[in-house]
Amino acid sequence: MATDATTNPTPHAKRRDFLYVAAGAVGAVAVGAAVWPLINQLSPDASVLALASVDFDLSSLAPGQVVTIKWRGQPIFIRHRTPEDIKSMEAVPLSELKDPVPDSDRVKQGHEQYLVMIGICTHLGCVPLFDQGMFRDGWFCPCHGSQYDASGRIRQGPAPLNLVIPPYKFVSDTKITIG
Amino acid sequence: MAEHQGSYTPSSPLGKWVDERLPIIRFTKEQLWDYPTPKNLNYWWTFGAILTAMLAIQIVTGIVLAMHYVPEASMAFDSVELIRRDVAGGRMLQAIHATGASMFFVAIYIHLFRGLYYGSYKAPREILWMLGVLLLLLTMAAAFFGYVLPWGQMSYWAATVITNIFAAIPVVGDPLLQLLRGGFAVDNPTLNRFFSLHYLTPFIIAAVVVLHIWALHVPGNNNPVGVDVKSSRDTVSFHPYFTMKDLFATIVFFIPFAWLVFFAPDLLGHPDNYIPANPLVTPPEIVPEWYFLPFYAILRSIDFSILFINSKLLGVIFFGGSILILFFVPWLDRSKVRSGTFRPLFKPFFWLFVLNFIMLTYLGAQPAQGIYVVLSKVGVAYYFAYFLIILPLLSRFEVPRPLPASISESVLTPARS
Repeated sequence: MATDATTNPTPHAKRRDFLYVAAGAVGAVAVGAAVWPLINQLSPDASVLALASVDFDLSSLAPGQVVTIKWRGQPIFIRHRTPEDIKSMEAVPLSELKDPVPDSDRVKQGHEQYLVMIGICTHLGCVPLFDQGMFRDGWFCPCHGSQYDASGRIRQGPAPLNLVIPPYKFVSDTKITIG
Repeated sequence: MAEHQGSYTPSSPLGKWVDERLPIIRFTKEQLWDYPTPKNLNYWWTFGAILTAMLAIQIVTGIVLAMHYVPEASMAFDSVELIRRDVAGGRMLQAIHATGASMFFVAIYIHLFRGLYYGSYKAPREILWMLGVLLLLLTMAAAFFGYVLPWGQMSYWAATVITNIFAAIPVVGDPLLQLLRGGFAVDNPTLNRFFSLHYLTPFIIAAVVVLHIWALHVPGNNNPVGVDVKSSRDTVSFHPYFTMKDLFATIVFFIPFAWLVFFAPDLLGHPDNYIPANPLVTPPEIVPEWYFLPFYAILRSIDFSILFINSKLLGVIFFGGSILILFFVPWLDRSKVRSGTFRPLFKPFFWLFVLNFIMLTYLGAQPAQGIYVVLSKVGVAYYFAYFLIILPLLSRFEVPRPLPASISESVLTPARS
């Protein structure tokens, strides 16, 4: 009977089962090992990773001016903020923010006038436009209507997060290294 | 099909010799020539053949375009212009391929809505339907990869926005995004791999088309009254009756296609794609090709969060769900009656769904503000309600009109509504 065969497998059938599972497992590992390099080749290559840091001299930037530079193929917004902007941004209560971060955490201490951000909307990656939205001296994404304030924080629209601050440091009073 | 047994008898010794080794002539005769087809198929049933013709055109023109196109970020844009201006006959080849993509989607959407109206997804054709939805997804992927290749502003930003969708996936999103792009932003590596994938997808599509037709030939065609074939009196042979009908429909379909190719090759494109790609400047308005507009409208209408799911991820869930939900239609609509013609309540909801789809297409091209946002949300709500609420409820409460006894009877005494 078939039920007898499954409930009381002969030792022979047991060994055969083990061989099937073992061979299948080894086969799966081999296929995985063969596929991995095929997937891995998609990752950024060494020449892309080599462009990982850039320097920028801030002394040429007048108050109120904003420039866009390129870092790792992405636009970086560097803005020399006016004192009014800094004051108004520090005054915004955190409860009004979708991604609550105080203005002081968006800049380096002692260099509050310089705002350095990756100029890519956190929604779907478009480049926001300066001073075109509802927020004075803020950014507006033309793709899906996200609005950022003068501190680059998301205030309205589908984007979930504030504009990202890249890793950067002041190497002197007027010079930064991004990356 | 049982009534039509293999009718092929080799007439020559050579034919007999081949038939015993590779019965390819027998297969063609049985599955193409003599294939029993319901005799009441209307012109909505010709779009399968039209789609096959369009796939062939896209593959043939694509292969020759690839002989001139250069998939390199600094040369791609110029090489497409070179094809259009300098390559012998290149103006036509490029226009046929680019406009052909649009016509492909015209035919796909008609084919899809025909299936939705006549209940072609119902048993025993669920797998046939699901393969069709898979073909829709593959064709969308092929169209997207292809649209990136001219490397204009719209190409570049379409690639940016669409790859960014994957970044919404929790945890693995960002590494996955870099893996897809081959860099931190869309750049030359992205263009290169998209060219490779654009060349690959049509052949995957062709293979799935074979499965799609196989799955069609097991139960046979559905038909406008939706009752099963009961005797050989309900069918006629595929050739010459439907080869001719399909051929005629294909020629009619080619008239607007030819008009676009000859007189308005850029009508359906966006003028900004004649500006070479610039990673530092997003065009003032980003609009996808018209055939993606309904889904684009769904994506960006979600600007609110639910619980821990943020608006970006939620938009992506709705966007993906709007296509994936089609896979489940055979189990959402439990009504025993296939054809919408005999379903008095289904009909108005179906046509409202068609209108809603057209409205979403319109809204996808409008700026995301004011009344357009509100209308988009209404459109998204109806899109999902149709599948998740209306179809299941209708199949429980609707009283269908009496069905004709057979296809022959419906043809001889047409049921008037």
